[in-house]
Amino acid sequence: MTNLEKYINAFVESLEVAAEDVPALKYGESDQWDSVGHMSLIAALEDAFDIMVDMDDIIDLSSFEKGKEILAKYDVEI
Amino acid sequence: MMWRFDRFGDAVALKDEYGQTLTYSQLKAEGEALCKAAGGRCLTFNLCQNTIGSVVGYTAFIENGIVPALLNAAIDHELFAALYETYHPAFLWAPEGFGWEDCESVYERFGYRLLKTPFGFETQLYPDLALLLTTSGSTGSPKFVRQSYANIRANTSSIVEYLRLDETEKPITTLPMNYTYGLSIINSHLDVGATVLLTDKGIAQREFWQFFRAEGATSFGGVPYTYEMLDRMRFLRMDLPTLRTMTQAGGKLLPELHQKFVEWCQNNGKQFIVMYGQCEATARMAYLPWEKSLEKVGCMGVAIPGGRFELIDVNGGIITESNVTGELRYYGDNVTLGYAESGADLVRGDERGGVLETGDMAQRDEDGYYRIVGRKKRFLKMYGNRVNLDETERMLKAAFPDCECACAGRDDHMMIFSTVESRLPEMRAFLSEKTGLNASGFHTMHLEAIPKNDSGKTLYRELEKYNV
Repeated sequence: MTNLEKYINAFVESLEVAAEDVPALKYGESDQWDSVGHMSLIAALEDAFDIMVDMDDIIDLSSFEKGKEILAKYDVEI
Repeated sequence: MMWRFDRFGDAVALKDEYGQTLTYSQLKAEGEALCKAAGGRCLTFNLCQNTIGSVVGYTAFIENGIVPALLNAAIDHELFAALYETYHPAFLWAPEGFGWEDCESVYERFGYRLLKTPFGFETQLYPDLALLLTTSGSTGSPKFVRQSYANIRANTSSIVEYLRLDETEKPITTLPMNYTYGLSIINSHLDVGATVLLTDKGIAQREFWQFFRAEGATSFGGVPYTYEMLDRMRFLRMDLPTLRTMTQAGGKLLPELHQKFVEWCQNNGKQFIVMYGQCEATARMAYLPWEKSLEKVGCMGVAIPGGRFELIDVNGGIITESNVTGELRYYGDNVTLGYAESGADLVRGDERGGVLETGDMAQRDEDGYYRIVGRKKRFLKMYGNRVNLDETERMLKAAFPDCECACAGRDDHMMIFSTVESRLPEMRAFLSEKTGLNASGFHTMHLEAIPKNDSGKTLYRELEKYNV
């Protein structure tokens, strides 16, 4: 699996959305991406890329696009 | 009058994340203007958010003798329709964009509109009835808890006393205001002239912490899930110099987590206060004094000022020994009038006489501290919200009539069992949608048969082993 596939898959599994809807996702704009969904998403990303995300980045990860920038800080190229 | 806002004049009562503020005298004046537009004592439905418009509507109505029923602005459409038809409110106080047929806007302020329904003032109200709240669960039945002015006053003054609140406090909202615990934070702080910081952003969002720091928030409340999240977010590494107090209610926190937060607070000059309550007791019944928080980890504490507990054994006798499990009974002026299940119930008076059977099983230790050990009734707390398992089961059976099913599980983790495997995903999505709770709290399992006794009653004990 490529990093992009792994990245999309983390959203699909934790927020229970279709892969084609993932790129448009934003925190609070879909029913599943609330605070509970957010923590599932962070856990899924941490598992997928074997990283530990800092609090500052957890609260910054507010969209699909933003998440890519954040993962770059952890040397994960999407 | 509940709060007597004129005591605090130009002090800031409300501030939102967009920089808008309202002083106490403005809050009073705004309330009077709104209630003049309504025209007298009647029933309203308030569609709540943590915004200035929402709080102004609530305090206006309480202060001027109008009875609001507080509902989440994001309420399920069908559930709202059922409540509307059952209770016939005279008005809705709703955010712009909330449309409802046959309603006419008669007043607009702070992004909210007073919508006049066709029902007029037909619903009769008991003189001391102040407020209607749902029992925190968002499931099916159109049931309200009836709270009186005396209930709110009693609970507010107890809370102010045991939390030692004063006008220097700046609580930040983390819970919906239609949720009894969130509302009690607003009620008690407006009673001491403090500034309530209003935001609909959550603790997982940057804007929340920006607002927190910019305004120097001093306290917030959380349900067990809030503290689990904060823990996973490595919150304890954060430097929040203005934070003084964190309170916890809405279910039992894992003892390890309770200990972790207490220790951090003690080392950082802050207080962690565990509390216990129910909507049926207005909001709070017990608290664990922070001085005792480490010594009594896992306890919910002692009765609030003005209240007391008894433990009742299976024969109805009062338990006097320590460390014996019994059903928890509470006495106090904050015990609410009773429930309402129809508009006609709103004329009913006090049906509890200051006594509440909590439905929780508890023990008291040698020092008089109480610990919750179980529940008599079949319900779970899902992210702090009470969810009745018999009710979710009934909802599933109504929506999936040809499927055998059962609901069980533990807090924040509901199990849906069914003999029809192919329908399980739909059942899960259905309950998540109807309750407005994130689907990740609902889990499914296929069973060949739902375990039942000879008379056909589901054996929930048998289902406990599937608690994964």
